[in-house]
Amino acid sequence: MFLSMNWISDFVDFTGLDKLDLIRRFSLSTAEVENEIFFKGSDISGIVVAEIKSVEDHPESKKLHLLKVDAGDGVLTDVVCGAPNVRVGMKTAFAKIGAKIGEIEITPRALAGYTSYGMCCSEKEVGISDDNSGIMDILEDVANGTDIKNVYEIEDIVFEVDNKSLTNRPDLWGHYGIAREFAAIADRPLKPLDVVDLSAYDNLEKVDMKIEDELCQRYSCIKLEGITKNVSPVNMRIRLFYCGMRGINLLADLTNYLMLEMGQPMHAFDSRKVEKIRIKRFDEPFTFRTLDGVDRNIDTNTLMICNGDTPVAIAGIMGGLDSEIVEDTTTLTLESATFNAVSTRKSTVKLAHRTDASMRYEKCLDPEMTVPAIARFIKLLKDIDADAKVVSALTDERGFNYDKINLKFDKNFVDRYTGIEISNDTIVKTLTALGFGVELQDNNFSVDVPSWRATKDVTIKADIIEEITRIFGYDNFDINTTKSPLYPVRADIEKTTEDRIKDILVKSFSLHELHSYIWMGYDECKSLGIEIEENVGLTNATNPNIATLRKSLIPTQLCQLKTNTGFAPSFGIFEVGRAVDGLKEDGMCNEKKNLAVTLFSKTKTPAELYFELRDILTVLSGDIKHAALSFEAAAPTHNYEHPKNLNKIYCEGEEIGIIGMVHPTVLKKIDKKANVVFAEINVGAFSAVKANDIKYDEPSKFPGIEIDLSFVTDKFAPVGEAVKNADCSLIKDIQVVDTYEDENGKSITVRLFFVHPEKTLTRDEVMNVVNSIIDSLSKKGIELKK
Amino acid sequence: MDSKIVLLKEEFSAELMKAENTADLEAIRVKYLGKKGSVTDLLKEMRDLSPEEKKAFGQKVNELKAEVADKIAERTTELKELEIQKEIEAMPEFDISMPANIAEGSYHPVTLVQRQCEEIFRTMGFNVENYSEIVTDYECFEALNIPKHHPARDMQDTYYLTNGQLLKTHTSAAQNAIYKKYRDALINDNVPIKAIFPGRCFRNEATDACHENTFFQMEGVMVDKDISISNLIYFMKTMLSEVFRKDLKVRLRPGFFPFVEPGFELDISCLICGGEGCPSCKHSGWLELCPCGMIHPEVLKAGGIDPEEYSGFAFGLGLTRLVMMKYGIKDIRDLNSGSLKVLSQFTDDE
Repeated sequence: MFLSMNWISDFVDFTGLDKLDLIRRFSLSTAEVENEIFFKGSDISGIVVAEIKSVEDHPESKKLHLLKVDAGDGVLTDVVCGAPNVRVGMKTAFAKIGAKIGEIEITPRALAGYTSYGMCCSEKEVGISDDNSGIMDILEDVANGTDIKNVYEIEDIVFEVDNKSLTNRPDLWGHYGIAREFAAIADRPLKPLDVVDLSAYDNLEKVDMKIEDELCQRYSCIKLEGITKNVSPVNMRIRLFYCGMRGINLLADLTNYLMLEMGQPMHAFDSRKVEKIRIKRFDEPFTFRTLDGVDRNIDTNTLMICNGDTPVAIAGIMGGLDSEIVEDTTTLTLESATFNAVSTRKSTVKLAHRTDASMRYEKCLDPEMTVPAIARFIKLLKDIDADAKVVSALTDERGFNYDKINLKFDKNFVDRYTGIEISNDTIVKTLTALGFGVELQDNNFSVDVPSWRATKDVTIKADIIEEITRIFGYDNFDINTTKSPLYPVRADIEKTTEDRIKDILVKSFSLHELHSYIWMGYDECKSLGIEIEENVGLTNATNPNIATLRKSLIPTQLCQLKTNTGFAPSFGIFEVGRAVDGLKEDGMCNEKKNLAVTLFSKTKTPAELYFELRDILTVLSGDIKHAALSFEAAAPTHNYEHPKNLNKIYCEGEEIGIIGMVHPTVLKKIDKKANVVFAEINVGAFSAVKANDIKYDEPSKFPGIEIDLSFVTDKFAPVGEAVKNADCSLIKDIQVVDTYEDENGKSITVRLFFVHPEKTLTRDEVMNVVNSIIDSLSKKGIELKK
Repeated sequence: MDSKIVLLKEEFSAELMKAENTADLEAIRVKYLGKKGSVTDLLKEMRDLSPEEKKAFGQKVNELKAEVADKIAERTTELKELEIQKEIEAMPEFDISMPANIAEGSYHPVTLVQRQCEEIFRTMGFNVENYSEIVTDYECFEALNIPKHHPARDMQDTYYLTNGQLLKTHTSAAQNAIYKKYRDALINDNVPIKAIFPGRCFRNEATDACHENTFFQMEGVMVDKDISISNLIYFMKTMLSEVFRKDLKVRLRPGFFPFVEPGFELDISCLICGGEGCPSCKHSGWLELCPCGMIHPEVLKAGGIDPEEYSGFAFGLGLTRLVMMKYGIKDIRDLNSGSLKVLSQFTDDE
């Protein structure tokens, strides 16, 4: 919304004050002012009132005229002018030699053989409207040579406030409300609005009007007649133009002017078309043509203004074409009303048609404003057109009443909430300036909220704190730390676990952390052949590609691998993120925080890559939980999982995740020559595992013995597990030193380290243990290599 | 006999000259000084001499023995030095400018900035909370004083889920759970609530270089008796100065958010020009950074805390925006792109 300092100055005397500084303080105390401030009129100079004394046709041009103008300097000036509306005796805006219009300086200029010593200007050239159809026609009686800036309010400071920062302030949608803020900030009085006394018309007949729906909060109207003038005063048009509206005709301009001044939208009907005003909703939807000529579908929730049963306007949004003021309109009915904000907003959204009026109604306008707005409208109208006549009594009905709001609090409350000392005098003065009724007795305040702040904006004590402090100025606050006692910060175990996982993966294994979306990308998954499994979904995604949430992080991660295959011959990525595995019993999403790791390699064998990942997970568990992992073969449940080598992962007996290889069908689509393995760990389950203490084991002072054993098996057999299970306190370490696989089976060589804490072991003692291991493995079909 | 000594000496000197390495020297030592060596043999010939002659000759032989041993030792030292010198010369000179051959891992930049912020708040006594991405309408809106049909719901285009829950539109959605978690300690043991909760948020909107449907925020709250606006300004100024490692100026302007009253938009002095005005702050000297305010009494009530007795402040930092400011990332979509070309650059940061 654009605001004019001239307009605001109608209501507050800023004499002696720096207006720019006031605008800055308004930005800090009320609502954000956009950076660019417009100094209207500053880009023109040397433009004066001049009278056209003679007009001759240009001998060689149909468009151009040769003029002699009197610019008040005692001689007639020759001017070549192309405007169609030149006439003798006309007063216009004249840019003399040396005048400036923006970047242009006026100099003598030859036009088709004649020299022009100056330029007659249009309103657009002067910058007061977008009318460039002809030169200005100055009707005021002013002496030739008078600077145009002394005739009209061309010079102004205009600033813009973002509408979003006014959503909670219905009172700030017009200059008068803004002026109230400036008055409080500047500590100057706010002048009352100049209005007519409407009780003078009480004897006249009322308008036939009835509110038939509570969505209409208040409806005030009055009939007018005898308006002869059609064009608004230039100064009024300038203000409208500076605030972003175009001048249309006197009536339209006046309703717009009132809206920009008081924030009250108004509408004028042709009284012939609106004799019996009824405000109601309809039981059946229908089509209605608004004054912009568009047919709009009206539903049963949309409030309408009607003439009897014929709709004539969409309440609070736009008037109808059929009831508009037309050329032969003699009597008009002026509407000033308030409508339910939520209903107006919903209708606006449904109609997809937001207007200056509906934008204001959505903010909960003050219903007490409708009548003063009419009184102000008539005052302005009569000042412009003395023939205008009021021909009905004010007709006013209410469909809804807001509660009066009174708030009570004491000085101590203000002190505690602000943390600084603001005197009782300052509190009373600030609130009074903003229109609150304040009573103070022994540090106890009783505050009446004015109607324009009581529709939703100020309802509780904390709101009053805002009123006091924003005008006091947050820049003026002393800043202090709290007196609160200190307590140790408790770390969240899941969060700590997450942090440690990331550190290990990045620092020890050079993996890369990526983020992927919480939903499955349909297109991306489809291109890899990954099935979109049924799961919780989005009901209103604007992008249909993302309608289903992910059950696991692996599919989104595989999609990311696909886009990174050229990054390096071998690399690994990970993410700690959320997945949703259907619904829980209570109907809520089963949201999990998971760690997903995938390794990609064009150079490593599947086994190398698989064991690399197994070892990474083993380090995570060893480092964070001081616990070993165990594995259990699992059956695939997702179509991207390879049927072989899929293992559930257990930590201290708790299932925490899964490790596996990518199904060849999917793998080939990621990269024909690469191998990919993945693991997913539930961070919640893993962090819930109780960590073992570090067990210190004093190294033996006696020498140990190393024994290498080679086993052969004819089928897959968990050799490593079997050797580990040979429970013997003398075995200090087991290493796999060689594995070999061919068509005859698998051979594995393990190296066992034996040591006794208190003596030197004999060969016989060790061989007893070795023989028992060989026997137990033999029972499982694992034979010592001969 | 003396002539034998002279001859032996000459022979030894000649051989010593020929020795090229320590192995040759060892052979010479054995030849002259070994059990069957030439010098040792001389002593054996002393049998036939008179006692006087024996004494004189023995002395000469011992002198010879010492001389041979000394010369061998001397030559050994020389040759060892020569060998070391050769070893040094044989070592090639390396090209240290060759590119390094180490694959470094990387963190997501959000992780890096989030950790820096968490650390700052931890040092000031704030707990770091862990919160879900999927929440209820109550948590995201109702408990935050945003009833149905409130215009603020329009400002946050929400992704609703098929089961009636939604993807959280802001980290404020965690406030209610935080209050309920800590209110007993607050009320019974006077432990103030001090918590931050970083998290991922979602908005149903089209994406471009400045807009993402998935982004990170960090919420912070403090509740105790007598928490004031003055305290809020103190904490914001102190914490943000730490985050940006500069003594910042902060400025509050009124801002409307249903879950705070009063609510503020907080500006910081421009990081580039320090407040003088420059193109990056559009010549205003200020950067709008984060919304904050005194927690709305209805929000405290919904969390089971009596607003007559307690008050507090809340703020919401745009973590994703901080990341972009810190690293100069111009397109927000890069952060969720999964592109290792972009994201593998963030190895670690202090």
